[in-house]
Amino acid sequence: MFSEYTATELTAIFAMQGFAGLILFSVLVLMALGLAIIFGQMGVINMAHGEFMILGAYVTYLTSNIFSEFMPSLYEGYFFLAMALAFLAAFLLGILVEWGLIRFLYKRPLDTLLATWGLSLILQQIYRSVFGAREKGVSPPEWMMGSYPLTDLIEVPINGIFVMILTLVIATGVYLLMYRSRWGKQVRAVVQNRPMASAVGINTEKVDRLTFGIGCGIAGIAGSAFTLIGSTGPTSGQLYIVDTFLVVVFGGAQSLLGTIASAFAISQSQSTMEFFLSGSMAKVLTLLFVVGILMLRPQGLFALKIRR
Amino acid sequence: MLQVNDYCVAYGQSEVIHDLNFEIQPKEIVAVMGRNGMGKTTLMKSLIGMQPSSKGKVVLDGVDLSNAKSFQRVQGGFGFVPQGRMIFSTMTVKENIETGLTSTGEKTIPSDLYELFPVLEEMKGRRGGNLSGGQQQQLAIARALASKPKTLLLDEPTEGIQPSIIRDMARTLKKIRDTRGLSIVVSEQVLSFALDIADRVLVLEKGRIVHEELRENLNEAKVAAYLAV
Repeated sequence: MFSEYTATELTAIFAMQGFAGLILFSVLVLMALGLAIIFGQMGVINMAHGEFMILGAYVTYLTSNIFSEFMPSLYEGYFFLAMALAFLAAFLLGILVEWGLIRFLYKRPLDTLLATWGLSLILQQIYRSVFGAREKGVSPPEWMMGSYPLTDLIEVPINGIFVMILTLVIATGVYLLMYRSRWGKQVRAVVQNRPMASAVGINTEKVDRLTFGIGCGIAGIAGSAFTLIGSTGPTSGQLYIVDTFLVVVFGGAQSLLGTIASAFAISQSQSTMEFFLSGSMAKVLTLLFVVGILMLRPQGLFALKIRR
Repeated sequence: MLQVNDYCVAYGQSEVIHDLNFEIQPKEIVAVMGRNGMGKTTLMKSLIGMQPSSKGKVVLDGVDLSNAKSFQRVQGGFGFVPQGRMIFSTMTVKENIETGLTSTGEKTIPSDLYELFPVLEEMKGRRGGNLSGGQQQQLAIARALASKPKTLLLDEPTEGIQPSIIRDMARTLKKIRDTRGLSIVVSEQVLSFALDIADRVLVLEKGRIVHEELRENLNEAKVAAYLAV
């Protein structure tokens, strides 16, 4: 399959597909970071995670509409406000969901799968009723359009670069929050042993609520970034939820670094293979690869070594 | 200091602790003794709020904590070292102790904690799960002390620990009581350890206090008979 291309063309293809893979990687990481907190740390199987992302995307869509309608002069900067609003909306919905649903299910983690699956169907229908079944596109601000030519053959899109920087910032932020802050310490204590965490003086209910909210909020930011590379429909989130779980499980449920490494491996192999094979064939090969690795290392790529 | 009145604890319909009444004085060390299944751990867990009580009152330092959640009880002045230690195994030693600071709002670990347990300072970067049993026990005590408790509850602290360290622990616990002026309730099966530290011994049998005596006029043979199977 490589024979019809020259060597320079092949390099360019690999570089550009690699870059496309990096964008996919960034969105996957953003989604997976939220899920790594909610599923990896709290053990809640949140099937509605994709819908929280889409909420962020719709909020971005609304913000962009409001800006182009009422404040076209400020349109260049709307995206940053949109991200903050997307985070806030998903965060608040997350807190509401934790309070109304998830907190009753910490002792029954498998039931969270069913409950959040139901929640995802409800949210999808709400999106369909409010925004319509058609996909909505958001036009990014001027400075994010176009691409930056590296060589004659290789061009990298600017929105891709933006998404990657955003991912880097958020990932660093989540790392600092989980491993350097007092709140992160409390979260890790609570997820490891809820009754004992309470018995050393941690208000576990408050920590749980905030943790779930922040995980959902990060998904909201992922949704905001998602509008830069695709259009938003009521069911767009579902396309990503399987990949996201795959990333978290493959990376090792409690490791942020593992999550990032596995998102990289999955998105790169996916994107590079997609160019040469069909999309579904690329997916099959990726899944086979992941299944193979998980059979050899059921704990995922990165797991902590401790006595249990 | 600590008053427990008409205290009952039940798992569903089966009541395990029946109408318990006792009082702990400030700076007093009380050992709760009894065989397996007599309600020692249940009593400890319910005092810290992990197991709800069905009736009765717990008053610590004048504050009624009967219906408080665990973290509120810690704020109210309880410190808890559970059976099996239950340290957070994936977190480092330092982080484990810092979880205990939550209720005081302090940011750094008081240096006197490391003076009590110098081995913890040596190991502060290690994961709690990789410590030996004795070190984990010290860590669990340090974590409980970090919240500056008025009453420290220890549930079978000698379980699975070698005899020489048990003696060290008795010495440390007395030192903690003397320097920090807190009272200690310790549930125990090892009579020698209990005699070593306690000012008073309560014997629990089938959820009731069947024997209570001060250390100085304690009839060792009688308590030993209660503990014999």
